[in-house]
Amino acid sequence: MLQRRTFLAAGVIFTTVASFSGLTPTLAQSGGRRKLLFIIQRGAADGLAELAPIGDPHFSSLRGRLLEEAESGFALDDMFSLHPALTNIAALYRQGDAAFVHATASAYRNRSHFDGQNVLETGGAEPYAVKTGWLNRLTALLRAAQPSVPVPAVALSQDIPMALRGPAETSSFTPSRLPEPDSDFLERVERLYGDHPALAAALQTGNATREMAGDAKPVNPRDSKASGALMARLMSGADGADIAMVETSGWDLHANSPRRMRQVLSRLDGMVEGFRSGMGDSWRNTLVIIATEFGRSAAINGTNGTDHGTGGVMMLLGGTVRGGRVYSDWPGLSNSQLLDGRDLRPTIAQESAISGAIAAHFGLDSQRLQSELFAHVSGSRPYFGLVA
Amino acid sequence: MLMAEYAERRFGLGPKASLTLPSDPKRYLKRQLERYDPRPSVIAAAPSRETIARATSDYLEMLRANGVIGDAGDNRRNSNMRQDMTGAKGSNLNREVRKFFRTSARDFYSQAVTARITAATQSDNAFAERLVHFWANHFAVSIDKPIVLGFAGVHEFEAVRPHIMGRFADLLKAASLHPAMLIYLDQTQSIGPKSTAARIAKARRRNRQLGLNENLAREILELHSLGVRSGYDQNDVVQLAYALTGWTVSGLSRGRLAQRLNLDGNYGALAFAKPLHQPGSVTVMGRKYSQSGKAQSLAILDDLATHPSTARHIATKLACHFAADEPPSSLVARLEQDFLQTGGDLSSLYRTLIDSPETWQAQGKYTSPWNWAIAVNRMHPGKALPSRQLLNAMRMMGQQPWKPGSPAGFGDRQSDWLGPDTLLKRIDISHRIAAQIPSDTDVRQMARQLFPETLTAATAQELSRAESMKQAYAMLLVSPEFLRR
Repeated sequence: MLQRRTFLAAGVIFTTVASFSGLTPTLAQSGGRRKLLFIIQRGAADGLAELAPIGDPHFSSLRGRLLEEAESGFALDDMFSLHPALTNIAALYRQGDAAFVHATASAYRNRSHFDGQNVLETGGAEPYAVKTGWLNRLTALLRAAQPSVPVPAVALSQDIPMALRGPAETSSFTPSRLPEPDSDFLERVERLYGDHPALAAALQTGNATREMAGDAKPVNPRDSKASGALMARLMSGADGADIAMVETSGWDLHANSPRRMRQVLSRLDGMVEGFRSGMGDSWRNTLVIIATEFGRSAAINGTNGTDHGTGGVMMLLGGTVRGGRVYSDWPGLSNSQLLDGRDLRPTIAQESAISGAIAAHFGLDSQRLQSELFAHVSGSRPYFGLVA
Repeated sequence: MLMAEYAERRFGLGPKASLTLPSDPKRYLKRQLERYDPRPSVIAAAPSRETIARATSDYLEMLRANGVIGDAGDNRRNSNMRQDMTGAKGSNLNREVRKFFRTSARDFYSQAVTARITAATQSDNAFAERLVHFWANHFAVSIDKPIVLGFAGVHEFEAVRPHIMGRFADLLKAASLHPAMLIYLDQTQSIGPKSTAARIAKARRRNRQLGLNENLAREILELHSLGVRSGYDQNDVVQLAYALTGWTVSGLSRGRLAQRLNLDGNYGALAFAKPLHQPGSVTVMGRKYSQSGKAQSLAILDDLATHPSTARHIATKLACHFAADEPPSSLVARLEQDFLQTGGDLSSLYRTLIDSPETWQAQGKYTSPWNWAIAVNRMHPGKALPSRQLLNAMRMMGQQPWKPGSPAGFGDRQSDWLGPDTLLKRIDISHRIAAQIPSDTDVRQMARQLFPETLTAATAQELSRAESMKQAYAMLLVSPEFLRR
């Protein structure tokens, strides 16, 4: 059978972005500040289920009983079918606000979630080699040039996730279920922290973040649409954060995956919809990156699920995305084409796609941005064309 | 006196309000190891594994009767399932069944949480209780997977508590092969591709794939024993997964396969079903194992338990927990040597930790949300705080018991819990809890008694300037002194 090798949109599209000289964002951005939301899928999301390569001749034999979703999904072309639970994302795709990068992975080639997530979040070549997160380093870069906002970057979580940790001031937020103490009490606590800079800084940032959120009500964790809307709220207005991160979980589906995959994907889809509608007009200045630490085994395992793999999917959504297309250099799924005879072989470096997209989004020099965020791939060329 | 404070906070779970600080802190801690009670009455009274498994089995049976799941517990693509998805006829019943289970499982869970909180709060052997929490987090199961909800407490109470003073090999085997862990990491569904069961299924040409699941094997190597990046590879994972096939949980299914394997009774018991086991020898970390049946995986676990990588892994984690995020290498090396010399005698390891100067000299980490909430409860004057309130507090701070979000457990570094949001949550919670103290509490006196050496003049002054005892108490709970251990 003829092997399809699709270059749906090759990584060789050069835009004027490449010619920008430095890391100073251009003022050419029209109509307001650019916003970036990073959604991490913890647990290794199954890219072959999210965006099924139904046109690959080997796909159906690998997936067996997991095929039904792929067949009832949104056919984007004769090669790829988007999972049927992703209705809002499918609509964004049709209107040109969603793109997918398929068969992508970070530099990490082993199969530990925790090491893989560390690489995805620090941007290092090896787990724990880099001590700060790439979103934090991006925050510092933008902070140097953008008009200052009280909290430049925020995560919708209790802890600050690794990607946002580092020297730049970042925050985290979840609505409190308890009444807030009066300001007199808070001032007294602030005095208690007079000789404790770490506590004082955390308190100050926390207070500023609460101010941004206003009277946000507690969100039911199952209500992902409300989480998306809350995230939009933290990023909106003159004082809103420009960079934000949300963590999602439930992707590690070793067994009985179809039902649970439907659930987690429809939660993700709801979050995107809540966020998009919450951003209103700012959506056109927004980029959403959805990424996972690695993909899953190409073949179904013995328990109607999949095990840890390598290549997977990254999604790019938002008004600045050159959407309505799948960016892929499809590696094929025959046994000899699979990595180690079991995983989708990555053909696009995740780091390169992220830095290419972010550079274009914020009007930064892509080569220099890439060396700042992902030093280990600094010799290679960022992936262009994802974002206009 | 300083060491006495550290014995309570750094090694223990914080001072009780009634405490007299110990005169010989090291001896005090070692005595706690001897006095440790693996099964205090409050733990013994928690719902049993059998009770929880029976309810789970009833639930699965109802789903099966309604055609939502197939024989082995996997999804069946039939008309009922589709109706359930589309919300058409049949969905109400299924929703009811699921609701029933969620309610009763949540009940089991909250009873177990109450038992855990009570044991930690009442204990006079708080160092030993800290070790229970440390090991339960090392061998983490998470209620993120709904079916684990009822079983999470049982895992800690049955598999961790009885073994923390013995050999690491016994703890490893008990915790990694406990029914809750098998359920959490999908082992109950892993079947040897060349096993008798798989061959029969194939011969009958039933359109069902039976086979291997690598999840438990990978986490045993990566998290429970050797540690990540310690030299094992994908092939070791698969070989261990083969050896583990056969381990399963009895009484969860009453389907045909379970009946044939004699697994339809004995609710919630650990079982080894030989027809599911992959026959033949396996090679793990360069060593060949030719035993048959369960002896094979038990032999592998015994070897993993005393492997030098495991010694290094455990020594590092323990030092990180008690001393510092980046523990002194001298401390790690001493613990590692102890582990290697004794073949993983855990009591010896803890004694070495007590006798090591590094932990006493360290600056002291900020407390984790769980530790902080327990410390608040241990010190609380007056009527005990309801465990539901504490559970909510832990949820708000992102450290709800047995819900770490991954098999790696909760992060154990300060940066994992000193974010702006969790600090503000502690302030909110302190403010609320302070409203619940008796009005005659003398907070200044309490602070001097429990923090005689570490209480700074600045904090003492702020406490004395508070507008009320309740406000002073709330300030004490979020003071730098109380936040550090």
